[in-house]
Amino acid sequence: MSEITAEQVAHLANLARIDLSSEEITRLTSELGQIVDSVAKVAEVATPDVPATSHPMPLTNVFRADTVVPSLTVEQALSGAPDRDGDKFRVPAILDEE
Amino acid sequence: MKKAELMDYDKALELFEPVLGFEVHVELNTKTKMFCGCANEFGQGANTNTCPTCLGLPGGLPQVNAQAIESSIRLGLALGCEIAEYSRFARKNYFYPDTAKNFQTSQYDEPIAFNGQLTIELESGRQVTVDIERAHMEDDAGKLTHVGGATGRIQGADYSLVDYNRGGVPLVEIVTQMIEGGEADSPEIGRTYVAAIREIVKALGVSNARMEEGNVRCDANVSLRPRGSNVLGTRTETKNVNSLRSVERAVRYEIQRQAALLHAGGTITQETRHWHEDTGITSAGRPKSDADDYRYFPEPDLVPVAPSREWVEELRATLPEPPAARRKRLQADWGFADLEFQDVVNSDLLDAVEATIAAGAAAQAARKWWTGEVARLANVSGVSADSLVQPVQVAALIELVVAGTLTDRLARQVLEGVIAGEGTPLEVVESRGLAVVSDDGALIVAIDEALAAQPDVLAKIRDGKVQAAGAVIGAVMKAMRGQADAARVRELVLERAGTAE
Repeated sequence: MSEITAEQVAHLANLARIDLSSEEITRLTSELGQIVDSVAKVAEVATPDVPATSHPMPLTNVFRADTVVPSLTVEQALSGAPDRDGDKFRVPAILDEE
Repeated sequence: MKKAELMDYDKALELFEPVLGFEVHVELNTKTKMFCGCANEFGQGANTNTCPTCLGLPGGLPQVNAQAIESSIRLGLALGCEIAEYSRFARKNYFYPDTAKNFQTSQYDEPIAFNGQLTIELESGRQVTVDIERAHMEDDAGKLTHVGGATGRIQGADYSLVDYNRGGVPLVEIVTQMIEGGEADSPEIGRTYVAAIREIVKALGVSNARMEEGNVRCDANVSLRPRGSNVLGTRTETKNVNSLRSVERAVRYEIQRQAALLHAGGTITQETRHWHEDTGITSAGRPKSDADDYRYFPEPDLVPVAPSREWVEELRATLPEPPAARRKRLQADWGFADLEFQDVVNSDLLDAVEATIAAGAAAQAARKWWTGEVARLANVSGVSADSLVQPVQVAALIELVVAGTLTDRLARQVLEGVIAGEGTPLEVVESRGLAVVSDDGALIVAIDEALAAQPDVLAKIRDGKVQAAGAVIGAVMKAMRGQADAARVRELVLERAGTAE
């Protein structure tokens, strides 16, 4: 059984800005534990001669030419913004007064 | 904000050994952003260069800019780094409004370049070799403006505004190893190191390298180790120190601040600090905590970068001469005294003077014109000297002076004409009718008239009071409207005074 704790789940939720109730934390602690256990099974077959991979496609060096393509208009860019001020996105205060 | 106590700098160094580290961010001057085809340019209206990829909207898919990879490899090579055979991008996850994606696309355990070295020379002649840990690729964040509050700073602001034009612009972050043994030179090491990086990226042509526009930005890490101890002190990271002088000041300030705090029995908090250019102090930002739990993981939308060795060697062959070596060579070639050469370097006129000499001018004349009259005119109009006039025009001007067609005074008028767009120096000479009167016959007529008009002067010259000739020379130069070579006029005046009746 994995060693995922409720504290770790609460910490992750905080980092990911997700509000979780204590019931949700309990449920996710168990579910995440099962996921970690499942993934750990890979370690049973992976030997040092199998290189780690981050991508299913055996591709490297996929580049695009440095050529400008049209951007969104300012109105398109701001259309999904909760708030704006002129042509800029407006966001709540970031830091409290020191 | 309470101003921190500072310890006297010399006393701080008696008690503690400074340990430094620098992270320098270089903005590449590619045409487009790192992972999308939006233009990499500023000065446009806010949020004019964005797309679903750099805004982190659904459906956005990053595509790597080939030119950014090439520039990063060349920069890595210029820093003496090894270039990775296999390199990946990673997501650095954090929430901050300057990054709409909620992660920065960066590199973590497999940077494109690593294990480099850069040797810098301090004003004393001391050489310091800075070990480069890595140079990795990432994308820049958007620009925040803080509104409200007393100071326009982030603390106490009512709200903030975001322009994402800069979001996604390619950056290379160059990270040093710990720099020990800097001692009292530590602040100067910071300044000189950042200056050297700036010079290298400029010589490579991979960045516009303008610190005032944020093309090169420095984070300075400083910690103090008590003398006789092997244990490293807690470090602070002063962010976004954006001028060479500020790097020096910020390092010095942190040494003095930390020394005072430690000596009084306090402890240093490991934190990010903000540099305040106006007051010359640093202030605490957020402490390092949960916020630095970035949960890096390999970027699933991008495949690895695996530059072939052939490509790397091809790029190595494109590297320019290292700027420090170039300076040494040019100073020796030109035979400039240290001060003369520094004057050229500090005025950012090395390229202009070199090109002027290449176009045929003598080294000293090229230096004199660029750091003198051209720099003066540039200063008056508030632009850089090398944007005012082409080196080949300055060389042509110097040639006219050497040939005796122009005096220095006339040449200054011609230069103004060239800058005003009236053509080449020769064309300005012709259109403005500015050439020196080199026809001795015309000069002799004017001299004889002047001598006849001032018989007392003539008598003095004949008595051997040669300096009296000045009055006649002045009259002749006036008659010639300044377009005569004063030295030649003087020769002729003495000659005519000796032979005239």
